[in-house]
Amino acid sequence: MNVGVLYSRIRRDEKLLLSELRDRGHEVTKIDVRKERFGVHEPPQAFDGVDIVVDRCLATSRSRYVTRFVDAYDLPVVNDPETAAICADKARNSLVLAEAGIPTPATEVTFTKESAMESIEEFGYPCVLKPVIGSWGRLMAKIDSRDAAEAILEHKETLGHYEHKVFYIQEFVEKPGRDIRVVATDGEPVAAMARSSDHWLTNAARGAETEAIEITDEMADLVERASEAVGGGLLGVDLMETGDSYTVHEVNHTVEFKALNEVSDVDVPATVVDWLESRVRGVEVTA
Amino acid sequence: MADETITAEDPITGEEIEIPGDVEVGEIIDSPITGAELEVVSIDPIALEEAPELEEDWGE
Repeated sequence: MNVGVLYSRIRRDEKLLLSELRDRGHEVTKIDVRKERFGVHEPPQAFDGVDIVVDRCLATSRSRYVTRFVDAYDLPVVNDPETAAICADKARNSLVLAEAGIPTPATEVTFTKESAMESIEEFGYPCVLKPVIGSWGRLMAKIDSRDAAEAILEHKETLGHYEHKVFYIQEFVEKPGRDIRVVATDGEPVAAMARSSDHWLTNAARGAETEAIEITDEMADLVERASEAVGGGLLGVDLMETGDSYTVHEVNHTVEFKALNEVSDVDVPATVVDWLESRVRGVEVTA
Repeated sequence: MADETITAEDPITGEEIEIPGDVEVGEIIDSPITGAELEVVSIDPIALEEAPELEEDWGE
């Protein structure tokens, strides 16, 4: 098959994927989205002969638009633009998880600092304020006091662009110093790791320590349901342990897997390529 | 290939640096001199540029 890979930066994750595809004899068409012009009627020439497109854009804005265009060109794209749109936006992400009845942290969205303050006071301290668009734990605030809340809200309202005036406020979940990342393909878990840190943020991108963990039946069930809630695809589902259960805080649509691949016995890129091959076979069968 | 290295010019310092032999266009490497992120913009001939700064919407 010929796999189009949308990118603007080849990280270790993309390199693993490209190597696996090439090792299996697949053709790879690298498409640097910075250089392309996406017309509303015709796809750029770069897409000629491509059987499936994999979105590995690092910039969320590019990912959301480019997947829409590729879908409009009637090319299969991983992930689906609707999945990208949901996962890129923490508010939409939380909404679909809650609508599907999946345990997810209590969250409120407000549009003024006064109503944000009301939410914060009601959640109590500490609670968490996150940007609706963003990754790697950036610009997330654990709010420990009213003084801190007032300062952060004022900064956001004064200095932030319009997306920072959508205040996404969430209960603080007392997790056991770690959270869990499960990479899944259409709801089927590939592998899981725990990300541990003394810091309240446990993103691998922030240097959290990672270790492979077993996937329990409950985790697998939540991953399957969370995947379905956002429309399926190649996803990273993030869970926190809450005593004897779990809560799903978000689902990521351009999932990074190099850290998971390093700690897991599972060959993550190989499993992802197995899944891509099955997707293309499925398209050929239904065409 | 991965163990082999090739020589390229560091775009910041102008010095010659050793980079992995299996790099490809679009790949990001760290400059062994400055630690800055460099993007491979061409393979034949090899050419590096300073990688774009991190932007707010980057991530997973």
